[in-house]
Amino acid sequence: MGDKFVGTPKKASVHVNQNEDLIFEKSSPGKKAYRLSELDVPAVDAAALLGDAVRTDLGVMPELSEIEIVRHFTRLSTWNYAIDLGMFPLGSCTMKYNGRVNELVARLEGLAEAHPYQPESLSQGVLEIMQVLSDSLLDITGMDSITLQPAAGAHGEFTGILLVRAYHESKGNPRKKILIPDSAHGTNPATAAVVGYQVQNLKSNAEGMVDLAELEKLVDEDTAALMLTNPSTIGVFESEIHKIADILHAKGALLYMDGANMNALVGKVRPGDFGVDVMHLNLHKTFSTPHGGGGPGSGPVACKKILEPFLPTPVLATKNDGTLTLDYNRPQSVGRVRAWYGNFGMFIRALAYILANGPDGLRQTTEDAVLNANYLRAKLEDVFDLPFKTASMHEVVFSDKLQAKNGVKTGDMGKRLLDYGFHAYTVSFPLIVAGAMMIEPTESESREELDLLIDALRQIAREAEENPELVKTAPHTTRLRRLDETTAARKPILRWKAPAASTPLTPDTAAKEW
Amino acid sequence: MRYLPKSPSDREAMLADIGAKSIDDLFATVPAEYRLTRDLNVPRQHGEQEVIEHFKAFAEKNALGYASFLGAGAYRHYRPVLIDTVVSRGEFLTSYTPYQPEIAQGTLQALFEFQTMICELTGMEISNASMYDGSTGAAEAVMMAVRVTGRNGAVVARTVHPEYREVLTTYAQHQSIPKTEVDYDPATGRVDLAKLDAAITDDTACVLIQSPNFFGTIEDVAAIAEIAHKKGALLIVSIAEAISLGIVKPPVEADIVAMEAQSFGVPVGYGGPYCGVIACKEKFLRQMPGRLAGETKDLDGKRGFVLTLSTREQHIRREKATSNICTNQSLVALMVTVFLTVYGKGLKDLAEQNLAKAHYAAQTIGGSGKVLFGGAPRFNEFVLQGSKTAEAANAALLEKKIVGGLPLERFYPELGPNTSLWCATELTTRAQIDAAAEVLK
Repeated sequence: MGDKFVGTPKKASVHVNQNEDLIFEKSSPGKKAYRLSELDVPAVDAAALLGDAVRTDLGVMPELSEIEIVRHFTRLSTWNYAIDLGMFPLGSCTMKYNGRVNELVARLEGLAEAHPYQPESLSQGVLEIMQVLSDSLLDITGMDSITLQPAAGAHGEFTGILLVRAYHESKGNPRKKILIPDSAHGTNPATAAVVGYQVQNLKSNAEGMVDLAELEKLVDEDTAALMLTNPSTIGVFESEIHKIADILHAKGALLYMDGANMNALVGKVRPGDFGVDVMHLNLHKTFSTPHGGGGPGSGPVACKKILEPFLPTPVLATKNDGTLTLDYNRPQSVGRVRAWYGNFGMFIRALAYILANGPDGLRQTTEDAVLNANYLRAKLEDVFDLPFKTASMHEVVFSDKLQAKNGVKTGDMGKRLLDYGFHAYTVSFPLIVAGAMMIEPTESESREELDLLIDALRQIAREAEENPELVKTAPHTTRLRRLDETTAARKPILRWKAPAASTPLTPDTAAKEW
Repeated sequence: MRYLPKSPSDREAMLADIGAKSIDDLFATVPAEYRLTRDLNVPRQHGEQEVIEHFKAFAEKNALGYASFLGAGAYRHYRPVLIDTVVSRGEFLTSYTPYQPEIAQGTLQALFEFQTMICELTGMEISNASMYDGSTGAAEAVMMAVRVTGRNGAVVARTVHPEYREVLTTYAQHQSIPKTEVDYDPATGRVDLAKLDAAITDDTACVLIQSPNFFGTIEDVAAIAEIAHKKGALLIVSIAEAISLGIVKPPVEADIVAMEAQSFGVPVGYGGPYCGVIACKEKFLRQMPGRLAGETKDLDGKRGFVLTLSTREQHIRREKATSNICTNQSLVALMVTVFLTVYGKGLKDLAEQNLAKAHYAAQTIGGSGKVLFGGAPRFNEFVLQGSKTAEAANAALLEKKIVGGLPLERFYPELGPNTSLWCATELTTRAQIDAAAEVLK
């Protein structure tokens, strides 16, 4: 690496890892990694049973032995960065530690093998898990009712806005528009559109917060709801949240809260107490279910009593004899948003997290998350521009303003962090900050790990002054250097094809690799 | 608290560095009247051993040690040990969506392999990197067809999973997508082709069918495609039992396949997480929802993979995106990839075992009544019309620790109280089938 590092990165060093082809390139006819159990019923003639519908060829499906498969996926795994290797300072993503006991209990036979249609009398255990989790989430949010059905955060938003729409429809008018701050996550406007609402943009004020005067002007009888993230995407608590709620409620509109930043509030503040009518939670953020390289998530939706009649079917209920049941008789329901009851495996993990923490642990967790973000802010604000000086909660947003003078952008510094053994922070979001660098450490980071990140970022700030090219061409030490995303999008190759028959999706793409 | 890596003195030192007197200073922006001054009302802090005991107690209140003949969209199949070996690796389990491809090639290459295998099995040209599940995948496919065709209506077979249809109703209502349901032929349990033909109008964007359908019957996909295409509508085929793809001809005549890949190594797990997927003809690429992994090169010309065509997605397009989906089912897609790698071409052998078990079960258990819809081929499920009500039959079976078929009257009132949907897979033993038949005799 020679002079590529100005200093020595303390967290990481370059090491050899294994090359590995695509699984199809490793396949040879006749190899097997399975043996079926002996068939204990008479064999059948598939062609006779299925007639024309019988399949004879499985194309390029791979043929390998077990050891080759283990090595294949283990080698691939070593090319990933992960929470288990170090910090993910990804703002808004809440990449916290995923307790391993959660994985163990999720695999217990009576839970992992519970069939969604098995009789209720044989499902009391799974229903109790849903009940205890629901009760816990309701107290954490200060809301009245909840559905666990949505499969992820965006799916929760969809469900929440469906409730809003059903509520207004029950009053005779679904209304037309949803207000969304310009600092919002992209799923918010996309969700409003899916539920048939127009999106009205709400400009933030000079502090990056909701502009009350602007809000007052925009809210009218056509406004169905405001979708608000609190703390906002710049990591600041909307101190005037009660006024925001009042302005909406005065015109009959509802307050929806995106729970992406709930990790700043658990055990300290409850959205239900500050005027929120409906909100979603991300179990894969706040409640530590693993992110898994992009899911599965889980996005429960909690609401106030006025929205309870509209919750998706079925709803968990208790029968007179004290047993739990699923209630399908919900005439005002918005309907189902997903088959069955949601990502149940994530409910187990989230409840295991709550049990491991208890009320004291959850409060301490929130306090540590906020402490960590403020510590990073204090240690970095002299080298990076801080566009909003308002007090930070669980995340802090800097900008690349100082480094951009030398041509070094937020994306470059994010890439340079990879060289120092970290994942990048969130780059270029929220959109209201030019060149945003959004950092959320979570409670899972020790002071030592935070100090390593501080060292790395300070070093990068210095490099941006002294050797901007070094930063602009980062990363230098990863398996692969920057990837050509433009060509990937212009001439998409979305699947492997056998060399002899290789015809890329777009005719002018030569399949040189094969 | 054992997950928190700070000593009390760390906290004090950090507060001092920040210039705060106490942690409360950091919450000063929260108006005092909204600060919670009591403990949360959640279970007390548990030790690790206690957490495990707690969940073991939950698990014991469920069906343990029962033979089960339930399928209906959630299928019990053997899960090779390698699946959990791979997905338990922290590098996969605790990684993020691969937005930084230089340090996420493991996830990206696996997704590319997933997409390739899904294409190969379904006969489609491209596949996305997963959707939430089969039900939402089918609904998203319908919305995709509306965008592609510029038409509005959806014609849906009643033999599509009833819960998938319910989800579609929820999604379609605010997109102004009128939905028409088409009945099945009572002799075959397949879509009634004449009624289908009559239901398609000039404004029909798509026909949605499921094959094998909810009754386990394999639809005549080619004939349905011809009817749909003749009127300019797209054909969407939903697949709930993915193992069928090992032995049943793929729906190559379809324009879009919206499948549930749960059968490929994902636990039934009380309904989720599962793994939806949308695969389609290449020409619909720009209207595809969800993430896509694509091949490219790095600065040195080395092959690598990235998430691509994100201009379709919500974080770029906001309210004009093809879908609001963000987090999907990446780790579950990895389970599917490992499963498909272990079985590979041998998926055919596995599917054949399923066929044999279901055939034996239909013959044996069917002896207690009548197996409906005999006029068409089926995969691993069958509809039994018994001599007594399905509820009564199941109650008798439960006494022998057998969970019988799913009573169908709730979804198909016309089939009456005596019909139920039975499923057998490679995990179902001859002894279990014989025991169930004995009870029903």
